[in-house]
Amino acid sequence: MNYIGEHLFPGQLGHFLIVLSLAASIVAAISYYKSTTSATMALAESWKKIARVAFLIDAVCVISIIATIVAIISNHYFEYHYAWNHSDRSLEPKYLLSSTWEGQEGSFLLWMVWHAVLGVIVMFTSRKWEAPVMTVISVAQACLATMILGVYVFGLKVGNNPFILTRHVFPDNEVFKNPNYLSLPAMQDGIGLNQLLQNYWMTIHPPITFLGFASTIVPFAFAIAGLWTKDFGGWTKKALPWTIFSVAILGTGIMMGAMWAYESLSFGGFWAWDPVENASLVPWLLLVAGLHTQLIYNSTGHSLRATYVFFILGYLFIVYSTYLTRSGDLQDTSVHAFVATDMVWQLRAWLVLNVVVAFAILFARYKKIPHIVKEENTYSREFWMFIGALVLLLSGISIIVPTSFPLINKLFGTNLAIGEDVEFSYNRIQIFVAIVLGILTAVTQFLKYKNTPKKNFWTSILVPTAISLLASFSISYFGGVDYDKYGLGFLAAIHLAIFAAVYTVVANLSYVWLGLKGKLKAAGASVAHVGFGMMLLGILIASANKEILSINLNNPLNFGPDSQIKGTENLTLFQGIRTDMGKYWVTYNGDSVSANKKMTWFYIDMEDKKTGEKFRLLPDIIKATKGQEGYSANPDSKHYWDKDIFIYVNASSNLAEGADTSQFRTHSVNLGDTIFYSSGYMILDSVVANPRNKRYDFKPTDTALMASLSVYTSDNQTLTAMPVFYLKGLQTTHIIDTLYSQGLAVALTRVLPDRKLEISVKESSRLTPYIALKVVKFPFINLLWLGTVVMVAGMIMSIVRRLKLN
Amino acid sequence: MKKSHIIILVGFAACIMILLSFMGDLSTYETLASARQKEGKTVTVIAQLDKSVPNPIQYDPLRNPNLTRFHVVDSLGNKAEVVYHFEKPFDMEKSDRIVLKGKMKGDIFEITSKDGILIKCPSKYKDDPKAAQKNLSHSN
Repeated sequence: MNYIGEHLFPGQLGHFLIVLSLAASIVAAISYYKSTTSATMALAESWKKIARVAFLIDAVCVISIIATIVAIISNHYFEYHYAWNHSDRSLEPKYLLSSTWEGQEGSFLLWMVWHAVLGVIVMFTSRKWEAPVMTVISVAQACLATMILGVYVFGLKVGNNPFILTRHVFPDNEVFKNPNYLSLPAMQDGIGLNQLLQNYWMTIHPPITFLGFASTIVPFAFAIAGLWTKDFGGWTKKALPWTIFSVAILGTGIMMGAMWAYESLSFGGFWAWDPVENASLVPWLLLVAGLHTQLIYNSTGHSLRATYVFFILGYLFIVYSTYLTRSGDLQDTSVHAFVATDMVWQLRAWLVLNVVVAFAILFARYKKIPHIVKEENTYSREFWMFIGALVLLLSGISIIVPTSFPLINKLFGTNLAIGEDVEFSYNRIQIFVAIVLGILTAVTQFLKYKNTPKKNFWTSILVPTAISLLASFSISYFGGVDYDKYGLGFLAAIHLAIFAAVYTVVANLSYVWLGLKGKLKAAGASVAHVGFGMMLLGILIASANKEILSINLNNPLNFGPDSQIKGTENLTLFQGIRTDMGKYWVTYNGDSVSANKKMTWFYIDMEDKKTGEKFRLLPDIIKATKGQEGYSANPDSKHYWDKDIFIYVNASSNLAEGADTSQFRTHSVNLGDTIFYSSGYMILDSVVANPRNKRYDFKPTDTALMASLSVYTSDNQTLTAMPVFYLKGLQTTHIIDTLYSQGLAVALTRVLPDRKLEISVKESSRLTPYIALKVVKFPFINLLWLGTVVMVAGMIMSIVRRLKLN
Repeated sequence: MKKSHIIILVGFAACIMILLSFMGDLSTYETLASARQKEGKTVTVIAQLDKSVPNPIQYDPLRNPNLTRFHVVDSLGNKAEVVYHFEKPFDMEKSDRIVLKGKMKGDIFEITSKDGILIKCPSKYKDDPKAAQKNLSHSN
């Protein structure tokens, strides 16, 4: 069949470029390998030339592939499945790139682009290390290229081609029986980009995170190159800026993810120990450990073996994370892991290949890696740095083991799962990691490499220690840290950790003056450590002093011994009714819907009871675009320098589907009669002619009757309903009285003979718009964000200095 | 013995302690039937909404925004009512699988932790060909 109007050229070009990039990276890998193993310089140089050309071709290909996808998406060529599945016409241009990496193929491509960029820099800066290091990078690049290849080899699918046509994905669909299918309404628009990803953090978080992922290959490649060429210690100085770069970028990527989660997901915070978060945190911890052992080796000759282990593990855990999050194995434990695809076998093969080859090389050479038999001195920097690295390793293990339970279950037939309180099961371990790391980070800089005169050490550490004790004591005492949900032991640990965090900040700040005499150029490490301490402090205070402001005091179930754990966190607000919420008055004043009808914003007006400060927050609920499944909450927050008021809507009457079908039921009653409704009963107490009260103001010349009913609810409240019946000209009409809390509308609809009245009662949950709101206070969360910035700034200072020293 | 040996030993000890402390409140994947046998112990159950009940989810934020009750059925056909002391997760009606962490109390499965529930929806995280196919046919 000849289809009309398809643009086939970009796809053919794109797929050709994918094949070319795979071929080029294989040629680069082989040529670099040959260059590394060549016997003569001349031969090595000629292989290197071929390899460089091949790798540059690969780099150009990879960048062109991603440009082709962007072009297809921005031209709305929905004949391509990628454009159809990940974008639509209403998409704002700034989210074009988000569409590109919404799918697995696009995110692999992003990774390849960064490999290419980093590879080119390595190519021109690492001189004698170029050939072996680039061999490793080229092999990794070739592996990634197979992930987007999309061909069948012996009936086995290798990779997913991002340029596959929509009609090839659904060959049996009726739509494609028509040669002019592109003109059909079904093909006029794509499914669109998940609304949750239409957020500025999502345009920047994936590129940074993937740059972090990609950058871990450089220290790994140097380590493999060192083992391979048996120049075991020759690369560590050269690779140091790369290690710091990797730690800085991966750390930034992780924290941007935390920021995105905080600003636009309903996690209710910035970190949830979700497997996807853990999987990127663990490689970072290992790299930080490797960075420190690398520094030890550069200064003392100790810890070279550990450095190898950390860099190799760091990269392998990146691959493992990718496998975990993309294979579908985590579906039952993670909120946002990908579902299983037909790529599982390939991801497994990739992981196994990496692990086997890397460990084979490591074990083959391990004994030959030089090490110093003599012990480190206890008063030396390297001794305590090494312990810190070990703690980081232990922390990583304690995170990755429970995260891998689904995989462990699969492999060994067990049925392990993390207990009910997932976050606490991690927190109670990592709090001790924080304490130990905080104290080590504070003290260790004051020690010199090799040996420190005891007296000097103790005198220089004295003042910072005293200041920290004082500062952290006042935070603990005046800061109102009283997080006793998990008992006094955990609270004590929190206080200790606060001290450790403060100690890190104070000691490293003072080290800039005491140790470095204010030489800021050399202070990169200290600045980074100050940032780390601020992050710790921010995390501790924001989490431990996190306060639910929307405590529901109206809920009759909230009494008894269980009230602390039984739900109290949401407050129901009726539109227009100012409600008491502890320290605030809060009013829900309507809502509005976005142009594409996918987002509903709620106007929440807050008023601080004490200061009288008024502000409006606009949390929203997003109708998910993918397959139009359900809704998700998107929080809003009011930022202060010392706290955030964080707010999101958990339910709204607006979202209830279908029309209100409930009907009025009529009852004819006498004075004193009882009417039952589903959750209580009401008694007609009195009838008043021409009432004049708070609500009605009839004149004696009007003709109006007001019935007064006492409503006794099942939760022991007594309310009053006052419906009115009156004559307006010659027309009879009535005013309905609505008891919102009961979802009850009461009307006096007719006056019957025999002094009887007709009372009509309707029960419905849609009488007035309402929402269920959750409000959380995060104190000092800005310390976390500021600390991240300071830490990364410190690392950049270090990179600049190391580059100058090299 | 060398100092580094001691450190490594202590490290291993710490490692084991950590794993043991995890064991302390590890839960296990169970079916609803085996969860009934372990009344009062925290278990993890994979189930789905019991569509045979006319109104499988009851959540009325008007009355109590912090109480969700729903009926589930597991893959073996065992049924139970679940009480969750938080707001109803948005996509719950459309979920094809729900992972529950909680305790069986009599006939009721009770969840007291906010993250004791994980909703799995068919197409929430895209790349699901079935949902996409449905989408194509619907808009046609």
